[in-house]
Amino acid sequence: MYHKTTSYRIFSVFNNVILTLVSILCLLPLYHLLMVSLSSTAPANAGLVTFWPIGFTLEAYAKTFNNVNFLNSLWVSVQRTVLGTGLALVVNTIAAYALSKETRVFRARNIYLWYFVVTMLFSGGLIPGYILILKLGLMNNLLALILPGLVAVFNIILLLNFFRGVPRDLEEAAFIDGAGHFRTFISIYLPVSLPVIATVSLFMMVGHWNAYFDGIIYIRDAEKLPLATFMQTIIVQADMSKLDPSAVANLSQRTIRASQIFISALPILLVYPFLQRFFVTGIVVGAVKE
Amino acid sequence: MGANTVQQGNPVKPKRVKNKKSYKQPWILHFMVLPAAIMVFIFAYIPMSGVLMAFQDYKPALGFFDSPWVGLKHFRYMWENEYFLQITYNTLFFAISKMVMNLVIPFFFALLLNEVRKMALKRTIQTLVYLPHFLSWVTLSGILIDILAQTGLMNQFLTSVFGIKPIFFLGDGGWFRFTVIFSDVWKEFGFNMIIFLAALSGINPALYEAAEVDGAGRWKQTLYITIPSLIPIAIVIATLALGNVLNANFDQIFNLYSPLIYQQGDIIDTFVYREGLLSGQFSFATAVNLFKSFISLILIVISYRLAYRFAGYRIF
Repeated sequence: MYHKTTSYRIFSVFNNVILTLVSILCLLPLYHLLMVSLSSTAPANAGLVTFWPIGFTLEAYAKTFNNVNFLNSLWVSVQRTVLGTGLALVVNTIAAYALSKETRVFRARNIYLWYFVVTMLFSGGLIPGYILILKLGLMNNLLALILPGLVAVFNIILLLNFFRGVPRDLEEAAFIDGAGHFRTFISIYLPVSLPVIATVSLFMMVGHWNAYFDGIIYIRDAEKLPLATFMQTIIVQADMSKLDPSAVANLSQRTIRASQIFISALPILLVYPFLQRFFVTGIVVGAVKE
Repeated sequence: MGANTVQQGNPVKPKRVKNKKSYKQPWILHFMVLPAAIMVFIFAYIPMSGVLMAFQDYKPALGFFDSPWVGLKHFRYMWENEYFLQITYNTLFFAISKMVMNLVIPFFFALLLNEVRKMALKRTIQTLVYLPHFLSWVTLSGILIDILAQTGLMNQFLTSVFGIKPIFFLGDGGWFRFTVIFSDVWKEFGFNMIIFLAALSGINPALYEAAEVDGAGRWKQTLYITIPSLIPIAIVIATLALGNVLNANFDQIFNLYSPLIYQQGDIIDTFVYREGLLSGQFSFATAVNLFKSFISLILIVISYRLAYRFAGYRIF
């Protein structure tokens, strides 16, 4: 057996060590930031903090949570994520259910499918989209952040590929028991499709939470800015410190900025470990087929 | 109208008839697609018709119908603009470098991870390397700006270990390119690995058993079984990436760049944003974007055809 040979054992030890180091490297930047945010201002600005807080204090977090703009944006982002994901989930799953039917059952299926897929291939782009939102009067409105991306064709395809794998017998049993399409969808398809639905929800949630650009172009009022956009303005405004090392003025904000960045990433860090076991199966089913 | 009236001769199976009918009611299916279809019409098809403004001198006050038509004026201006060549080059440079790196490195790491025998360790490594994929470029650029600053962690490390002068990672054109490519690989390699891992788990164990009987060691097995089994999926990924060659990741560049390195860092998408929304040149920006979309469309169609021909790949 190969894994009993000496050379394979040596390789194995090296391999494990290297991969462990690489995976730590993926976490390290975030960890460093956390340590900066937990340190007191002076050592943080002097760049003394590496992997352990110096002069441990929660002051930066206290200041962040006293910042009205930050809290407002946090709330906008929560609303956006919950509403956007919920609505999109309903619209996309029912569409995917219908599109997962064979042409024999749903004759217009292929027409619809192409109608959706074309939007993956070609889009009007930034400016016409912007003008549409302007004309619809959705400027400065939460809906401008939710509606344009509501239908995610890629997610529909992921879902419909999964739905197609649902055993035909289950569906037929439901029809024989008198269920219609809606009933079958809710009581048969949804429960057996949990992995892919978890995957798609995770994608949507992360997408909404991280989206900042639509906030820049569609939202004017500070109190309506989603958190990611708020963070983006902070980072861009603090841009000078990266260009000019002598611009120390902004540096006093370093611990606060670190705490804000960390808090804005926190929900993802919390949700992700629970859902990631689903998305491996979810994506694989959607992407790799026999 | 009960089912009994339809099938009077066979009253034993009335239910079945009713259900056959409900199964065949396509209007319910139409109704289920409808919300998505309407949203796509409004937010994807209406803006598509908006690309016509690339052939106009669009003035918001005049609107779509009264703005004067100018033919190919904006496209000609685009071609005579030397800066346009520069940003096209930048876009291709970023996209192609990332494409190669994002194929080779995940491939390599999937092979290494496949050799980890302790399941707990394997799971932990996977969880950690996927993580950066889920953080936004806003968050990551916040972190990168902090770490790569001249007094940041990275420069401290380089100075103390190698004794070199601080590097201007985000302010120097050459280093900026390096930073963009490297940070993208760092963010995405774990996630890009998933498909390779899936393909690995699909390899028939009997192949390995047979190889072992024939006396092949682990290295030979990797060389003659594992790698050849991954090549088809690598080809699919590479061909599909072709369709993306004009997308160099707006989010990343937009959050990392600054006027200092526009020359080396600007890509088509960031240029469209600045020209269009910041300078208000709606028509010109739309023309640039239309050009990009058109080329992309052709590339996507070609890449999907190739993927289908080489590996039988279909999206649905």
